[in-house]
Amino acid sequence: MAADAIIRKNVGGLPSPDLAPTATVLTKPLSECKVAICTTAGLRAAGDIKLWLDSSFTVLPSESRDLQLSHFSPNFDRAGLTADLNTAYPADRLNELVEAGVIGSVATNNLSFMGAQMDATFSAIIQDTGPAAAQILIDDGVDVVIFTPV
Amino acid sequence: MSVLAHVFEQAGLATVGISLVRGQAESAKPPRMLNVDFPLGRPLGKPNDAKFQTSVLMAMFGLLERTDVPILEDFPGSIEDQTGEAPDSCPLPPRHNPDLHAAVDEAQGLRNAYDRNLKATGGRTLVGRIASVDGIVGLIEQLIEIENGSSLAGVGWDPMTTIAVGQDVRAYYEEAGLQLADNTGARQLETWFYHHTATGQLIRRVRDLMKERGEDGTAVTYLAPMTQG
Repeated sequence: MAADAIIRKNVGGLPSPDLAPTATVLTKPLSECKVAICTTAGLRAAGDIKLWLDSSFTVLPSESRDLQLSHFSPNFDRAGLTADLNTAYPADRLNELVEAGVIGSVATNNLSFMGAQMDATFSAIIQDTGPAAAQILIDDGVDVVIFTPV
Repeated sequence: MSVLAHVFEQAGLATVGISLVRGQAESAKPPRMLNVDFPLGRPLGKPNDAKFQTSVLMAMFGLLERTDVPILEDFPGSIEDQTGEAPDSCPLPPRHNPDLHAAVDEAQGLRNAYDRNLKATGGRTLVGRIASVDGIVGLIEQLIEIENGSSLAGVGWDPMTTIAVGQDVRAYYEEAGLQLADNTGARQLETWFYHHTATGQLIRRVRDLMKERGEDGTAVTYLAPMTQG
C-alpha cells in the first residue's frame, strides 16, 4: 500500500465536531468577487518560521512568496511545495485568474493555519481564532475563501 | 480546515476547499469540498503545471453556485505518491574527505546543489527552523553524537527541537535533490533522502535508537515520516 493510502486509512475516520453545514450564497458573479486563500499547510513568512502546534493563524500578504513551511508533521510530500509554492498555495494561479476575468480580485492578505490540530474539540478555532480570521477577510471585502491543505 | 470552513460560512464568507482525505471530509461535512486523489502535500496536484493547477481551481469555483451543502465532489483522475521509488537519477557527491563521517562529507558535498536551488527559487528555502544552511552540518554532527550514545538532553535538544532538526536537514537535502533529479514524483526525494543518503539513514538509525532508549515519544514519532521505516 502506498504511503499516502496508509495515512489516509489512519486519519480518515477521526471524529469531527458535529456542525451543521451552512451555505453562504454569492450575491454577485464570481468575476466580481474578491478571493482569499486560507491554507492549513502551516506556511509562515520567512524569518517567522517555527514549529507550530496550536490553533493560531498568521496573515500572509497576498504578494508575498517568501514563505516557509512550519507544519510539524513530516508525513506528507514536501518536495512539490519546495519546487513550486503553487502546489499548495496557488497565489500565482489566482492572479492569472484575475487577469483572465474569472475572478474579480485577490485579497490583500491570505491566511495560514496549521493543519492536523491536536485539539480534537476544535474549541479555540470555533470560538476564537476562526471568527477572528474570518473578520480579517470580511473587513478586506473578501467574498470567497478557498481552503488548501497539505 | 473543515471546521474553519463551517466557521467562515457562518460569518458570511462563501468557501470551497480541497480535501486530500475523503474520510475526513465525510466526517466533518464542510459546506463545499473538492476531493482530490493527489499525494498528501500536493493539493493542486502537479508542481510547475499551471494548466493543471488552474483546472483544479476551476473545479473548486464550480461548486460555489451550489447551496445543497454539504457538497463533496471528486476531481477526476488520480496521482499516486511514489514512496519507495527514488528518482532514476539523483547522484550523490563522491567521498571527498574520508576522515569525515560519511554524512558530514555528503552534506558538505551537496552545498553547491542547495545553493543552485536557492538561486532558482529566488531565495525561498524551507531550511531555517533551527539553523540556517550554514548550521546544517553542525546539526548532523549532533545527530552523530546521539547515535554514539548521547541523549537528546545531552546535545541540548528538547523534543520540538529534535523534530525541527529533522525537518531542517531534510529540507536541505530535498532542495539540493531538486537540482540533481528531474521531474520527481511525490515522496521520491523523501525516499532518496531517507534510504539512499548517509544522513537520511543516520536519522532513521537515530530514531530507532531514541525509541530503544525510551526518549520522548513525540520526538521519536515525528523525527521522520512514519512511512519511512
